[in-house]
Amino acid sequence: MEANATVERGLRAARRSPGAAVVWAVAVVLLLDLLAKLVGVSLGPLRTPWFSLWFGGDVPISEAAGLAWSGIVIGAVIGLASIGLSLTYSILNFANFAHGDYLTVGAFSGWAVTYVIAGVGGLLALGETALNALTGLGQSRLGDADLVALVLLRTPPLDAGANIWLSPLAIVVGLVVAVGITVAVALALDRFVYRPMRDAEGISLLIASIGVAFLLRYLVAFVFGNGRRIVTSTEKLPSLDVAAAITDLLPFLAPARSAVIVDLHELTLVVVAGVLMVGLHVLLQFTKLGKAMRAMADNRALAQVTGIPTERVIKSTWVIGAGLTGAAGYLLVLSQGGLGFQTGWLLLLLIFAAVIMGGIGSIYGAIAGGLVIGLASRLSLIWLQGDLSSFARPTAFALMILILLFRPSGIFGGVETA
Amino acid sequence: MARDAAKVTVMFLGIWALFAAFGVVLGYGNNGLLALVRRVTFLSAVYGIVVLALNIQWGYAGLFNIGVAGFMAVGAYTAAMLSSAPGGMPPGLGLPLPIGILGGMLAATIVGLVAALPALRLRADYLAIVTVALSEIIRIVYNTPAFADITGGASGFDNLPTSPVNSLLLSNPSSTISEPTALGDVVFSFFSQFGIQRFTAINTVYTVGVLVALLIVYLVLERTGKSPYGRVLKAIREDETAAQSLGKDTQNFKVRAFALGCGLMGLAGILWFAMGPRASITPVTFRPNITFYIFIALIIGGAGSNTGSVLGGALFASLLFEAPPVVRNIITDAFAVSADPANLIEALVPIASGDLVPLAGFLLNNVDTLRFMGMGVLLIVLVQRRPDGLLGARKETAAAVPLTEDTRPDHGSAADNGGGSDE
Repeated sequence: MEANATVERGLRAARRSPGAAVVWAVAVVLLLDLLAKLVGVSLGPLRTPWFSLWFGGDVPISEAAGLAWSGIVIGAVIGLASIGLSLTYSILNFANFAHGDYLTVGAFSGWAVTYVIAGVGGLLALGETALNALTGLGQSRLGDADLVALVLLRTPPLDAGANIWLSPLAIVVGLVVAVGITVAVALALDRFVYRPMRDAEGISLLIASIGVAFLLRYLVAFVFGNGRRIVTSTEKLPSLDVAAAITDLLPFLAPARSAVIVDLHELTLVVVAGVLMVGLHVLLQFTKLGKAMRAMADNRALAQVTGIPTERVIKSTWVIGAGLTGAAGYLLVLSQGGLGFQTGWLLLLLIFAAVIMGGIGSIYGAIAGGLVIGLASRLSLIWLQGDLSSFARPTAFALMILILLFRPSGIFGGVETA
Repeated sequence: MARDAAKVTVMFLGIWALFAAFGVVLGYGNNGLLALVRRVTFLSAVYGIVVLALNIQWGYAGLFNIGVAGFMAVGAYTAAMLSSAPGGMPPGLGLPLPIGILGGMLAATIVGLVAALPALRLRADYLAIVTVALSEIIRIVYNTPAFADITGGASGFDNLPTSPVNSLLLSNPSSTISEPTALGDVVFSFFSQFGIQRFTAINTVYTVGVLVALLIVYLVLERTGKSPYGRVLKAIREDETAAQSLGKDTQNFKVRAFALGCGLMGLAGILWFAMGPRASITPVTFRPNITFYIFIALIIGGAGSNTGSVLGGALFASLLFEAPPVVRNIITDAFAVSADPANLIEALVPIASGDLVPLAGFLLNNVDTLRFMGMGVLLIVLVQRRPDGLLGARKETAAAVPLTEDTRPDHGSAADNGGGSDE
């Protein structure tokens, strides 16, 4: 009786919105399939004229856990970057296509500073040199370092030794500089590009942001060159095979079939991203600025009438958004190692996907959306193996298009406020 | 109309004169000169076609499509798959070229329709994100190793269909040095009088063909603009709500405009990448960048004007895209700039001692990068200062009768002085 009523209710819901029913059905099948794969049950093959379909299979839990961890890592970066995009989207009312390039700017500026500090032997050496220059005593230690190669990120990573274990201070200073420079660039661009057209329509601002994207991306290429490079050094970097650690701790488990490696860079990224997100939460919920921002996202004219200094709130929006984006760019490079002038641009659509998934303007939605996109893009590799693995990105984009079409307020219900 | 034709002609003559002058300064012979002018003309013409297509969507129907690259890819790939030789790698179907071209346009139209039906309900900025994501999905699907047998994967579709000019002028279309046909004989001997090689001659004939295609597309769109359908599109452009309140199903008109534009983008993709000089179909070509170039061209010309679209496309392709490297060569030759600093800092440091040569050398060597920065700045300035472009702001009347004369039967009789003051 009870079960019948539940089925009845489900069927009614499915009839009301067939699209959502299909999505749920697919999600449930995928989840069951994943569980079957993890316990090692397989059914099939289900033969069709074109291909044969297997249900379940055999995927080691450790492999799934490894994919999930790398999904969390990339998801934390996307989530951090998507906060800024979501904020500017709701408060300034336009889709900022230059957002990915803000991330690139942060990554390059921060790493240039990290390289210089790590390359000449830490802050201590820099301070000593400055002191020597001031007092005229002693010798400069900068002499034997090739500063030009360092600041342009052309020194091989092993020589620079930019790594959180060998030169933690350089990493911290680099992160701060990445945030600072990205904020400065964003404020300057707002002053000269977006402020003169504050009342323009969203599309005009969007086109202007495409211009900004071109300018920033090729400015970075102009200064740093257009080759892709590896910048982090993995020398002596502590890392831990979590799978092996767990099986060591719990000897009754069978030995893990693949390693789940977590290194200190990834851990740093996740911790720093988490701290920044919590800090933002506190800022928005418990300060006047947060309230003003939420009011502006709802209705700018009304906020202005109420006496909220809109220009100042917009400035704060850029500071918060660009700062987090710069940090995201710096941390992305910390965990992935590679850096090129297209890095941020190539990530932009995934950031958009996260923003849209979480509902434009919702900060918690953007964070959650980033994690969902990150996890989905990695966990989908369980199904998309071999040649099919290149479909991971299109899957995320297709998901984004479907959400825009059928649930433009985002999957979490969508309030258009922070 | 006549004035527009004059404008376009003057602009093309100006571009040709400018690049011919560049060629003379660089000391090119007749062959090099023609090759340079031909290259600029070809690029101007294909840009013209694709900007016209985008103008239908954005200029008239107000649909912000930034997936142009994807639709061009669909056109080019489909045409190549349909009409390239079955024996090559990846194999084509070997159908006649006209069928391939029509098939490519049709495929682009269908993809456009599929995208348009649900997506056009969205806000303009959502549509932008959907279309750019769609174009990336299309590109990655063509790029994936899973379908490399059909699409060629990351290395692109190498087995291109035979260019129609080759079949027209050569007895063996796959070899440039084969015996010419009767028509080919006439053409080649004409060109060889001026010392122009066969390869350049073939490309020139193809470029003339693309110019004709541009003219046809332009005339068709102008005609469309004057038809009842075009009048509704213009009404939508001016005020969609007003058009709706006159009982027009604007959604329907917009879907059709979107599909038409996508089909023409497919055609541009075919003419540009699937045949002709230096044709090559690789997924890298269809990155979103090319979409943005086309947008810049449209904004230069002015959204909403067909003539402006052609002007914008040609000006962008010649002055912004082709000219900077040529000018760089001229300057390098004229001033014998040989300095080649490896990076910006090495270029900037000598300024302290008054030596500007390294900086000049660095700027010249990075003219490609500077060109893209310049495009970004130009886009910002245009949106801020001249959002209507060169020709977008003018009023185009949609009425079939001239509106300047008063054609009312007894005008003046209803004036407030009771009439009778008819002069």
